Amino acid sequence: MPQIGRLTLAAAVLVAGASIIASACGGKAQSGGAGTPGAGLRSGTLTVFAAASLTDAFHAEATAFRQAHPGIDITFNFAGSPTLRTQLAQGARADVLATADMANMQEALKAGVVRDAGVAFARNRLTIIVPKSNPAKIETPADLAKPGVKLVLAANGVPVGTYARQAIAKMAADPAFGADFAKRVLANVVSDESDVKAVVAKVQLGEADAGIVYTSDVTKAIMPDVFMVAIPDAYNVIADYPVAITKGAKRPDAAQAFIDFLLSVNGQAILALNGLTPVASSH
Amino acid sequence: MTATTRTLGAARPGGRLGLGWIFGPPALLFAAFFAVPIAALAWRAGSSGELAANLTSPSALDALRLSALTSTVVLVAAVLAGTPLAYLLARRDFPGKMALDLLIDLPIVLPPTVAGVALLVALGRQGVAGQLLDRWGIDVAFTTAAVVLAQLFVSAPFYIRTAKAGFESVEPVYEGVASTLGASPLRTFFRVTLPLAWPSLVAGAILCWARALSELGATLIFAGNFEGRTRTMPLAIINAFDSGKSIDVPIALSVILVAAAAVLLLLLRVLARGAARNRA
Repeated sequence: MPQIGRLTLAAAVLVAGASIIASACGGKAQSGGAGTPGAGLRSGTLTVFAAASLTDAFHAEATAFRQAHPGIDITFNFAGSPTLRTQLAQGARADVLATADMANMQEALKAGVVRDAGVAFARNRLTIIVPKSNPAKIETPADLAKPGVKLVLAANGVPVGTYARQAIAKMAADPAFGADFAKRVLANVVSDESDVKAVVAKVQLGEADAGIVYTSDVTKAIMPDVFMVAIPDAYNVIADYPVAITKGAKRPDAAQAFIDFLLSVNGQAILALNGLTPVASSH
Repeated sequence: MTATTRTLGAARPGGRLGLGWIFGPPALLFAAFFAVPIAALAWRAGSSGELAANLTSPSALDALRLSALTSTVVLVAAVLAGTPLAYLLARRDFPGKMALDLLIDLPIVLPPTVAGVALLVALGRQGVAGQLLDRWGIDVAFTTAAVVLAQLFVSAPFYIRTAKAGFESVEPVYEGVASTLGASPLRTFFRVTLPLAWPSLVAGAILCWARALSELGATLIFAGNFEGRTRTMPLAIINAFDSGKSIDVPIALSVILVAAAAVLLLLLRVLARGAARNRA
């Protein structure tokens, strides 16, 4: 399984590299073409509310998007998906909302802050991370249940926190992990963080023995500080990321252009470069 | 109010417009800036109809209990450890006094998040002193003890500062008289200095307590956020807000903190007035 994962990643990187070169060479020619969505946008600011796990990917997307639409400035607000939803419901202004799960987007739709349930543009997987010093000696997911392990998760309701608890439940359903696996693991949780980046920080600093985050969170910047302990596919949970235009969007045209860009070959390649899984669809 | 105090808006002799009329409108507007958010909080809490239910939920009670416990421990620790320090700063000259004075003021002006990071790199598991503690099997991160340390770091300076001012206001003459009458230094301190400085010490303790109750940033970073263990009231508000559930829960918790802070400040005013009367 890990080999296949690595191959997929290598392929994605190749595709990404090729498409970036292509876009660099043909960027000018393309931008005026009828096929390029939202070309010739009036200048202005696009405000994007996005799940914390999208931080690196979306900064890269913005850089590329700006090349196609030099007049558009993108400002970001990154936080846990439920936080973004609450902020929007309390009147925060944004044009685009991207959450790390469908459930939060559905809640946003119910609250009347987005136009529709959006479109899935990326996937993500979970991994366990431990500090390089690995103080609790965690080698496999089963070790999370060892007594005294300081495990940090995102709060239940924050997508990665919900996914992590789902993965733990899947392991618990396997007799190999022992009957009270879920109970023992959850007893080891020492902090419920409000977004995934706070979980990463606690592990990176060596305060926590382990955390459950997205594979995309193990960026180049934190790789020197942490080890990944893979969660096998059978227990892993695939996160689906939807993106939607908000009800109060001031620049729905630019919002649509940004979403189209995310779904374009270039946009998908950039996601792959940042550790997310592109959506395999007709886009 | 003395007899010479001009009431708001009273016309000056010669019919010229008084400052009360000129400064009144902008002052009133600014007062509204403070009043409206607090009133909105109270109004929303009252109109939700679930204030009692939100406040008696197990997680709210856990947060209340933890806040009461930690801020009280902090109060006791700040008074016990802060009083000698405040006295020495007020009464003695020693090398490095200026630096120490400045050091104790630092947490007052620093963002609490800086306090959190500082505590982490000092007492965290990988921290300078934390590695030693770790070797002895003491691990404070993510414990209630970490909450107490975070609160103590940001709030004790308020006590030390106020207590120091209190000791400075005591005329050394009284202490001199007591010692010429044969009282030991410690007896002089407890029978003369302490009673005279008492109002300042109580005021400092109240400020310290209020600051400990409202501590958030240092706790989040240094102690984490876990129900019943490190999730105090301010963290419970963040948590309720971040959970994306009803906004009524953070509102209800906020109202409790507003009420607690208001009571503490009122107590402070009453004490200050009592002390002024005693002195007169």
